[in-house]
Amino acid sequence: MDNFDNKILKVLKDDSRFTAEQVADIVGLSAKDVQKRIKDMEDAGIIAKYTALCNTEKLSEDIVTALIEVKVTPQMSSGFDAIARDVYQFEEVKAVYLMSGAYDLCITVEGKNLREVSRFVSEKLSTMRDIISTATHFILKKYKTEGVILDDEDIEQQRQVIL
Amino acid sequence: MNYEKYLSKTVMEIPPSGIRKFFDVADKDKEVISLGVGEPDFNTPWCASEAGIKSIQKGMTHYTSNSGLPALREQIAKYLKARFDVEYEAEKEIFITVGASEAIYLALRAILNDGDEVIVPEPSYVSYCPSVIMCGGKAVPAKCYVEDEFRLTAKNLEEAITPKTKALILPYPNNPTGAIMPRKSLEEIAKVVKKHDILVLSDEIYCEMTYGGARHTSFAEIEGMKERTVLINGFSKAFAMTGWRVGYACAPNEIFKQMLKIHQYIIMCASTNSQYAALSALKGGFEDDFAEIKAMVDEYDMRRRFLVKRLNGMGLTCFEPKGAFYVFPCVKCTGMNGEEFANKLLQESKVAVVPGNAFGESGKDFVRISYAYSLSSLKKAMDKIEEFVKKYKKN
Ligand SMILES: Cc1ncc(COP(=O)(O)O)c(C=O)c1O
Repeated sequence: MDNFDNKILKVLKDDSRFTAEQVADIVGLSAKDVQKRIKDMEDAGIIAKYTALCNTEKLSEDIVTALIEVKVTPQMSSGFDAIARDVYQFEEVKAVYLMSGAYDLCITVEGKNLREVSRFVSEKLSTMRDIISTATHFILKKYKTEGVILDDEDIEQQRQVIL
Repeated sequence: MNYEKYLSKTVMEIPPSGIRKFFDVADKDKEVISLGVGEPDFNTPWCASEAGIKSIQKGMTHYTSNSGLPALREQIAKYLKARFDVEYEAEKEIFITVGASEAIYLALRAILNDGDEVIVPEPSYVSYCPSVIMCGGKAVPAKCYVEDEFRLTAKNLEEAITPKTKALILPYPNNPTGAIMPRKSLEEIAKVVKKHDILVLSDEIYCEMTYGGARHTSFAEIEGMKERTVLINGFSKAFAMTGWRVGYACAPNEIFKQMLKIHQYIIMCASTNSQYAALSALKGGFEDDFAEIKAMVDEYDMRRRFLVKRLNGMGLTCFEPKGAFYVFPCVKCTGMNGEEFANKLLQESKVAVVPGNAFGESGKDFVRISYAYSLSSLKKAMDKIEEFVKKYKKN
């Protein structure tokens, strides 16, 4: 990873639909060079996925997201890894982070409705061995996610045309 | 009531800005992608904003000295020395203004007598000519050409000079063309300036925005020129502080004294809180070797490369601008002039660009595109412009 890679990532993280040729113009390399660098970063798992960021507030189907704090008993040899792996197997689980502080794992879970998420927690998550306790927080509204402001009421400052 | 008889003839004769109407239309339509603004899309460095807020909280809400906070003038002297190798005495040669705009006006007011001529390179920033006229002078254009990458050449300068010429405005890095003046070009200008014994108002507000390894050279740094130069600069562009309204003028003490006198009577002092913010912007800059400016310039540079390539690719030829944050493509290939192009593009494709004739007659076949916008908005706009150009392009 060098400065060029960083620049390429910066462009693609903002908008992954820039073509390799366009990225090449932007960062000042040849298209071939950029193609190779992107491929290398894909192969190395640095670029993990290209996706579309949806504003869930506007989707026709409802999606409920919960943030769950989990306390666990770490295992002798594998620490938190084994439990984290068990947890991330579930399709409902969108993110798993190991945390510092008052609890151990932070999990985000998505479901169609409250009931679905609650059932996941009570039936699948809290019954797992080594999980001591869970605290589920439902997300009521997303104002900003992944650096993108989703709030329609956002007062976008009118920038004046000054010649 | 017939107001005409009450109003100043000089002021009435200044044509209103035609461009305002155009952008009133563009600004109202939410769908329009505007590439029109001339101010950074970055935030003011937080340390500057915080210093502004703190100054209010601490009750520093009174006048400063007419020439501005001594600490700020000291920092500016240090900054100019460190970044551009020009030396000014904080106390006797630097004072704080309400934006570079005020400094431009004061400089002209301080030097012009009725009928004096001021040479204004064209295309350039819209406020120079009206300011010259308001100060009783006559603005004489010196045309710059795309063949010279819109630099002012010694020859074109010389042609504009008459016995009445008092001063030259030197606006580089240039708005709207993005042109810069390398040291060698400045030295050639300096020779003519010296030969005809005129003054220079060097508007270097875009001094930090240069690309491709070219670092800005201040005209005051050219041998023998400091004594006949008024250096105009400000925080608007380099520190993304347009709304704070802080600029400064640096001039030989005799000119400084006259400018300051006008400033004292019509302005008193620049906004106190904005001055504290500017002071913190400079101090913060020195702490991390102006990393924030560098990051901003890197980002502008990426957009600049993208635009130059896309525009040339679709047939709107533009030379590679090395400064400011504008590209200035020629739209002749569509059979339209800049104004027709801008109007039609706004109507049909909902993209707003500034017609080049807003910056003087010689810009009439061009449009100004600002890249103070995110890459993804620029991409959207370029896709639309490309489609539009395809439709109208004559081979
Ligand atoms: C060339 C030039 N000079 C001066 C100014 C005015 O700057 P300020 O905000 O410091 O008044 C601008 C603003 O667009 C400019 O483009």
